[in-house]
Amino acid sequence: MSAAPRILLRVGCLAVLLLSLGTRARADDLFLGDLMDHRIAITTGFAGTDVFIYGVKQGPGDVVVVFRGPRSAYAVRRKERIAGIWLNTDRVDFQGVPTFYAVASSKPLDEVVSPKVQANLEIGVDHLKQAPADEAGGSDVVPFADALVRVKKSMGLYQADVANITLDNRPLFSGRVHFPANVPTGNYEVTVMLFNGGEMVTGNSAVLQVSKGGADAWIYERAHDQAAAYGLCAIAGALLLGWAAHLVFRKI
Amino acid sequence: MQIYLPIAEISLNVILLLGIGTAVGFLSGMFGVGGGFLLTPILIFMHVPPAIAVATQANQVVGSSVSGLLAHWSRDNVDFKMGSVLLAGGFIGSTVGVVLFGILKRIGQIDLVINLAYVFLLTSVGALMLVESLRAILRLRRRGGAPRKLHQHTWVHGLPLKMRFRRSRLYISALLPLGLGFLIGVLAAIMGVGGAFLMVPAMIYLLGMPTRIVVGTSLFQTIFVTANVTFLQAVQNHTVDVVLASILLVGGVIGAQIGGRVGARLPAEYVRVLLAVLVLMLGLRLSSELIVTPAELYSIALVGGGQ
Repeated sequence: MSAAPRILLRVGCLAVLLLSLGTRARADDLFLGDLMDHRIAITTGFAGTDVFIYGVKQGPGDVVVVFRGPRSAYAVRRKERIAGIWLNTDRVDFQGVPTFYAVASSKPLDEVVSPKVQANLEIGVDHLKQAPADEAGGSDVVPFADALVRVKKSMGLYQADVANITLDNRPLFSGRVHFPANVPTGNYEVTVMLFNGGEMVTGNSAVLQVSKGGADAWIYERAHDQAAAYGLCAIAGALLLGWAAHLVFRKI
Repeated sequence: MQIYLPIAEISLNVILLLGIGTAVGFLSGMFGVGGGFLLTPILIFMHVPPAIAVATQANQVVGSSVSGLLAHWSRDNVDFKMGSVLLAGGFIGSTVGVVLFGILKRIGQIDLVINLAYVFLLTSVGALMLVESLRAILRLRRRGGAPRKLHQHTWVHGLPLKMRFRRSRLYISALLPLGLGFLIGVLAAIMGVGGAFLMVPAMIYLLGMPTRIVVGTSLFQTIFVTANVTFLQAVQNHTVDVVLASILLVGGVIGAQIGGRVGARLPAEYVRVLLAVLVLMLGLRLSSELIVTPAELYSIALVGGGQ
């Protein structure tokens, strides 16, 4: 992995900095985590990427990192068989749903975080609280809320705990989370937490920006902000391509 | 080699896309059909959202029709008056179609409607083509058979608003081509097809146009109607992916040229059977998605904006 030397360099710098601070503070208190890159640029060749986490931890305990995508409203529809064919019938809307969710930890989540804390802090895919847009939904909304998580999981956008944060190079830790090609754009909230005895000891947060880059961003913005001009260009481009092909092949 | 499509928001293999474009272009060059009705379902199988597949396909058809129209125009095989009346109907039809498309998208039924329309179209057209081509083979073996009657008088000749179409040697009601254009326009908007596979037989059998000028005239109307669909889809639904359309178009024009040359040397009736079988299989594959119990009964969509 080409990012590995860069990671080592940055982790090294951070370690030196923190260790020099640490001589003054109590060494046991030291805990800080961050991301290698704070931006994912979706460009033409984009086929998913790994985001690297690194940090320093001197005291005891385990590391848990939560990635939360920007929140959005979703409509969940259920298919039913009517007259022999399957079609969408019931619909429940949910608000404030994270478009992306992933957890990385240094040990399996259940060994690190107590069930109560998991539920309170919404740590782990199964602890996300989905709020239906209409209060009237009642208990009927449960299968829809479950389906929302299930579909997101199957798209790779909700990831169950990946216990791949290594504490091998004490006091440094590092890990990574995979972002698939269909990752939604926006600002992601990343929380790096230290857990001991099932409870959170300390933590800090960072922001990860996911945005389209280069030509793709440009095309996307034109399609949405200057839709009429975009449509005309699409037509002109197709006509030109067709005409060029006509000229080329007439000679052959 | 993966390429990220900015509007469809998925990564697909660019070589595969070019290959599919070329293969469909090859078939369309060989049989003189647009190929949109083959490409759209294939894109949907590749997980391009149906709404984006349809709008992008309309954009692709604009380009792939140019070459054919220029060829027919240079041989004076276009009835511009007839084409304009068809086009007037087509503009109204495609505008209505895009509005309908937007409404269906909002109520979450657009995928179903696109699917149903394709199942109906592919299976019926495929079956008709199969029967027709098998019959043609039998006729060929027997040598001969009764010639078709050239001009029949039916109820359609009693309609008002008669108009003279010199190039087509017809004196018929303008309502006929207007209505036909309207119907094809709606199809173009909802299915992203040029509609030649319906337009051409309708022009021959329903309007009674001379076969020689049918294809050129239909291409004339196709370009403008699909351009209208592209524009309206881009403005209203933001579903036109120019990157995807360009890749398919490059493959398509190359394939069409090769297909046109190969097709001229092959026994048309036998190749037609193959196309009919292919179209039928696509239709059955799509219909199985509607009938077989899906693995996941729930689907999710962003509310307001986005896909």
